Amino acid sequence: MAAFNNTDLAAFRGVWVFCEQRGGKLMPTDFELISEGRKLADELGTEVCGVLLGDGVEGIAKELGGYGADRVYVCESPRLKDYTTDAYAKLICDLVMEKKPEVLLIGASNIGRDLGPRMAARLHTGLTADCTHLDVDVSKYIEFLRESSTIDLTTQKFNMEDRNLKMTRPAFGGHLMATIICPRFRPCMSTVRPGVMKKAPFDQAKADACIIEKPAFSLQDSDLRTEVLEVVKATRQMVDLAGAKVVVSVGRGISKDVQKGIALAEELAEVLGGVVGGSRATTDAGWLTADYQVGQTGKTVRPKIYIALGISGAIQHIAGMQDSECIIAVNKNDTAPIFEVADYGIAGDLFKVVPLMIEEFRRVTAK
Amino acid sequence: MDFTLSREHEMLRRMYREFAETEVKPLAAEVDEEERFPEETVRKMGKLGMMGIYFPKEYGGAGADVLAYAMCVEELAKVCGTTAVVVSAHTSLCSAPIYEHGTEEQKRKYLPKLCSGEWLGAFGLTEPNAGTDASGQQTTAVLDGDHWVINGSKIFITNAAYADVFVIFAMTDRKQGTRGISAFIIERNFPGFSVGKHEKKMGIRGSSTCELIMEDCIVPKENLLGDLGFGFKIALQTLDGGRIGIAAQALGLGEGAVEETIKYTKERVQFGKRLSQFQNTQFQIADMHTRMQAAQYLTYAAACKKQACQSYSIDAAMAKLFAAEAASDVARRAVQLFGGYGYTRDYPVERMMRDAKITEIYEGTSEAQRMVIAANLQVK
Amino acid sequence: MKIIVCVKQVPDTTGKVAVNPDGTLNRASMPAIINPDDKNAVEAALQIKDQTGCKIVVVSMGPPPAESMLRELLAMGADEAVLVCGREFGGSDTFATSQILAGAINKIGLENDDLVFCGRQAIDGDTAQVGPQIAEKLNLPQISYVADIQLGKGEVICRRMLEDGYMTVRAKTPCLLTCIKELNMPRYMSVAGVMDCYCKPLCVFNYDTLKDDPLIEPDTIGLKGSPTNIFKSFTPPQKGVGTMLEGADRAACAKLADSLAEKHIV
Repeated sequence: MAAFNNTDLAAFRGVWVFCEQRGGKLMPTDFELISEGRKLADELGTEVCGVLLGDGVEGIAKELGGYGADRVYVCESPRLKDYTTDAYAKLICDLVMEKKPEVLLIGASNIGRDLGPRMAARLHTGLTADCTHLDVDVSKYIEFLRESSTIDLTTQKFNMEDRNLKMTRPAFGGHLMATIICPRFRPCMSTVRPGVMKKAPFDQAKADACIIEKPAFSLQDSDLRTEVLEVVKATRQMVDLAGAKVVVSVGRGISKDVQKGIALAEELAEVLGGVVGGSRATTDAGWLTADYQVGQTGKTVRPKIYIALGISGAIQHIAGMQDSECIIAVNKNDTAPIFEVADYGIAGDLFKVVPLMIEEFRRVTAK
Repeated sequence: MDFTLSREHEMLRRMYREFAETEVKPLAAEVDEEERFPEETVRKMGKLGMMGIYFPKEYGGAGADVLAYAMCVEELAKVCGTTAVVVSAHTSLCSAPIYEHGTEEQKRKYLPKLCSGEWLGAFGLTEPNAGTDASGQQTTAVLDGDHWVINGSKIFITNAAYADVFVIFAMTDRKQGTRGISAFIIERNFPGFSVGKHEKKMGIRGSSTCELIMEDCIVPKENLLGDLGFGFKIALQTLDGGRIGIAAQALGLGEGAVEETIKYTKERVQFGKRLSQFQNTQFQIADMHTRMQAAQYLTYAAACKKQACQSYSIDAAMAKLFAAEAASDVARRAVQLFGGYGYTRDYPVERMMRDAKITEIYEGTSEAQRMVIAANLQVK
Repeated sequence: MKIIVCVKQVPDTTGKVAVNPDGTLNRASMPAIINPDDKNAVEAALQIKDQTGCKIVVVSMGPPPAESMLRELLAMGADEAVLVCGREFGGSDTFATSQILAGAINKIGLENDDLVFCGRQAIDGDTAQVGPQIAEKLNLPQISYVADIQLGKGEVICRRMLEDGYMTVRAKTPCLLTCIKELNMPRYMSVAGVMDCYCKPLCVFNYDTLKDDPLIEPDTIGLKGSPTNIFKSFTPPQKGVGTMLEGADRAACAKLADSLAEKHIV
């Protein structure tokens, strides 16, 4: 573990993005990070470089240019086909020590969160995990605080010349946000939460102009201390109610067309990546089996999103879902008790509202 | 007088609580509704040492104390009256008399498997004509060479259909009255032994409560427990210990009812206010909590006295008397505070009320406890 | 053979968390618990102990109250506990923490057939960095997101989870594994375990204990040894009263979808 002089901050320039590929395909988050990297690089007055490792992946590199990468370093070898910590960490660290980027962004996937800390330790630098917001410019950061925090900005002092990357991320299970800086070492490393950064529009001209560079590297079998025996893709699995991130529940309000009501809930759940649940009325009536029931005598759920369709909000139901992060309710009766716990309420006929909801959610998740 | 619990007791309470919330509570409604004996829970409890808490390690116990055992029954009862009595009857009424009165061979044969939960225990004293007046034993035991022949029946036996080992009482010499009663250890596979019909009960519905039938039941000579004619004394001493278990069960039921009531009254809104904001609710809950806290002190005191080998008969009787009547009262008030919803099976308080009632009756009715207390005070 | 398990005592952030009027977290509102992933790591070690009779050493860097957590792990079945505790260690970020824990593991001693287990991520810091960084500093191969462990002769074969499937990965011992909740169901403390846990050895490593290790210098630990600093911390605005959307038409649905997208809820 040779240390390299990474305290001479001025010697480090460039925003690098580790571009993860699996099975020869780039991950969607790579485009998000290149786009975000482009914004940061523009503020820093420097270039964006993608770093792509794999076997026979040169062909997919140019696409990264379309989102703002000036250059992509591509390293190819059969030993890089499947991810191993040792191979990827060695190659990228060797490259970093040679080229000295100022910032290194990594998508916070299962692989990114394995790779990032190993490299940060080897490079003796700071790594911030699972970031949801990045700023260089201080005035932009202050704007961000104004929108997203309860800090009284009048009491805060800021050094407006500060050019450190300010990396904001959730802690304490999301109850606390922390902005982290790495003031003494470079590169400043960050794993970035997938699906948060905005992907820039694709520009074919930029893609064509992107430089593909294939640096020399050394990788022996003896460098790899783990062996990948197989890679298995999962078949569609049963998601259970208690672990679901999104629950779309139906209640007595679907009685006029039970099949259609459940079908709408299933479609809405699918768009949002969730599962269907039901109030006690639906399980008593036999529309859903007992394992779908949310409530006092059913299951207690705490998903990110809970959508209650045609559910009045009797106390036994509320008891099973009141700690959901975001509660959306649709009910014909605008005085239904469910609206007292909902974050968003729509007073209307779910058979008319839900198809529209499905379309609108499809639109925003398609980005 | 230091009322703080030791760090081990605090840790045990946390473990019991987590186990009760995670493993026992989710099954409680089903156990009650379907009258289902919680077999899988007993296996899990056995693995953790909860079926032999205060017996020494040399006999397979966990090496803790009577207080730790009472706390276990208490935490279980907070979420399920049935599961609590399974542990209590097994420990206090079967393992305890074998431990306290058994020969070394009997202890080594029965205790390790009872403590690990591999075997479940039960106690057979009550007969159709011998309830509170337990002395009128009609079950007989006659010595025939190297074995006893036992004839008779027992009723209302807890754990019956699932127990492997039974401590049974029978008349060996009618002419001696209560000094003619002896105790025996009977295994379920002894010839002539069978378990009869299951009682349909108001509460603790998952508890297996059945008749035991002994028809020329052959019991090896070495299974006499304690001395000949000493059985009634063993029964009474055993029931003294059992009272601590039932007091703990009642304690847990009452405490569970108070917890559920506080939770519910903080959510339920009527007349534009949470129920918990009404003074009636506050006063009721204050009373309920105070009664259960008093019950806890009585129960823990009795447990500590037994552990210290001090005379504890009156303490156990007071604890059971008070805790049982308090639990019944508290559970009833809980249902009342829940209103209509509390009367339905959507909420656990109606089950707690049904479960609490039996604590005033079995292992010595409240009236019997009063007799014991008055007798101990020499009021005659 | 022994297994060293790194554990952390954390506030329970999964229940109700209270926020102070000044916007800081009310730490007292969160009871202290064993980090859930770490419990899975300890359980994995205990299952191997059940099969092989190996020794389990649990190590934690934390303030003195962390001792009660270590006692709980001893009550679960661990054999020895080490608390790494010292004023000098305070203020450490993940880099400095992993440095200190690596020093502690060196002091405990790592043989060729030993294993190091960590929970994947702590529920307070939420970084998932300490495990891999310890592995780097001890020069051990690492396998993270472990959902299954098969022990062979001088090696482990693990199922390493990906978002959409898994990899089966082999590594020689000694190596470091980070464990996730899918790995197992942690056992409870047993009654006998609780009665014995205060008799099992628990020792405290402070700065003096570790200072001779090359990894441990005044500038490699604590704030001085931390490449990252906290610039600002804040609580997100609290959930207020809900919004009734106007109308029950496409416009209302569009507003709903846009609002959720903006807040990154979808």
